Amino acid sequence: MQNFIEAYSWVNLRFLLEGLWVTVEVSIISIIASFVIGSILGVLRYVKIKYLSAVVGFIVDIIRNLPLILIIFFTYFGLPHLGFKPGIIFAAVLAMTIFESAMLAEIIRSGILAVDYGQMEGARANGMSYVQALWHIVFPQAIKKTIPTIVSQFISLIKDTSLATIIVLPELLNHAQIIYGQNSAYILPMFLMIALMYFIICYALSVLSRILDKKLA
Amino acid sequence: MLYILTHYWSELIQGLGYTLLSSIIALIFSTIIGTMFAIFEVLPNRAMQIIGRVYIEIFRNIPLLVIAMFFYVIIPMYVAKIDGFTAGTIGLTIYTSSFIAETVRAGILAVDDGQMEGARANGMSYWQAMRFIVLPQAFKIVIPPLGNQFINLVKNSSVLAFVAGFDLMYQGNSIASLSLDTINSYVVVGLFYLVITLPLSYYMRHLEKRLA
Repeated sequence: MQNFIEAYSWVNLRFLLEGLWVTVEVSIISIIASFVIGSILGVLRYVKIKYLSAVVGFIVDIIRNLPLILIIFFTYFGLPHLGFKPGIIFAAVLAMTIFESAMLAEIIRSGILAVDYGQMEGARANGMSYVQALWHIVFPQAIKKTIPTIVSQFISLIKDTSLATIIVLPELLNHAQIIYGQNSAYILPMFLMIALMYFIICYALSVLSRILDKKLA
Repeated sequence: MLYILTHYWSELIQGLGYTLLSSIIALIFSTIIGTMFAIFEVLPNRAMQIIGRVYIEIFRNIPLLVIAMFFYVIIPMYVAKIDGFTAGTIGLTIYTSSFIAETVRAGILAVDDGQMEGARANGMSYWQAMRFIVLPQAFKIVIPPLGNQFINLVKNSSVLAFVAGFDLMYQGNSIASLSLDTINSYVVVGLFYLVITLPLSYYMRHLEKRLA
């Protein structure tokens, strides 16, 4: 019990919260970048431009089927050999964005497919060009349908950020390891605390996702 | 690339073996555990429903790596000595079982109520009706999502690299540092993963289309 009281000192908790902030920051930057790139890729795969759509589709499938850890290793340890040396945070954000863009591309594409084709036909019949109809009519409806799924994807992104401890990204798990590295009696208290922190954030988001699912359905 | 393949062939195959072994063990046990908690959630018993819900929500919302590290670091301290492979596979099983429980629950709820009622009206007990009538139909519905879970498992088994589990990712790292050819080592390891996951994911897409 004494261990728990000592482990949860204000200094340690503040250090953990700093780590949590990095986790959240990296996740938010990555999800925003992935949303933009994923939308572009998803639309490119949907519109069926000869060769381009097939190539985009194949690349998306490859990235989706690789472990995220491999992509993190590649961006941090591999890229320097190709003449580009990213910092730790940039490498982490880059890896998350590459992986998550592919995930979101697939989600957004299925969202576009779920929009009734009559929407497109109606917009075209009213004089819109194909691109206008896609941008103003179909895409907004597709996004509305996929928001709950995107929120769940954001939850897995927050959890996956912990994998970046391997390149010493100063996030929550890494900060916990630093604390229990100084005193092995803190191992159990630290694990329980970070599990609780991850749980609170991810559970709150999953409740949000469920509410959105009901509201938008 | 060929150099990596020919010189480190045995390490790569060993890594692939451990990755597959861990994924298959985790799939079997997480399907059993997941189905159990899914049944808890649909039982007409409030206490059991809460147990099911709590289990699912806890392990779905904590990172896999934290769960795996917990078993790797904490269990040897207080309970028993276990190696990295075992710790990682236990973590993988628990994490995945919460997702499978959620999938199977949705499958059970998708089976029409009339099936259970009909079975009960024909003299079956609740458990008999669940076992012989509802679950088989539910599993037919959840086969494609279970396949996707297996793909996730193969990818997620790469956390074994963190706990010295000798899987593909672990071997990839040691090959990268031994051969000093980082790029090609990771490309080869990536290809090994794709050989398992890519055909599976195309097959699952085909299956989804056929069953839909």
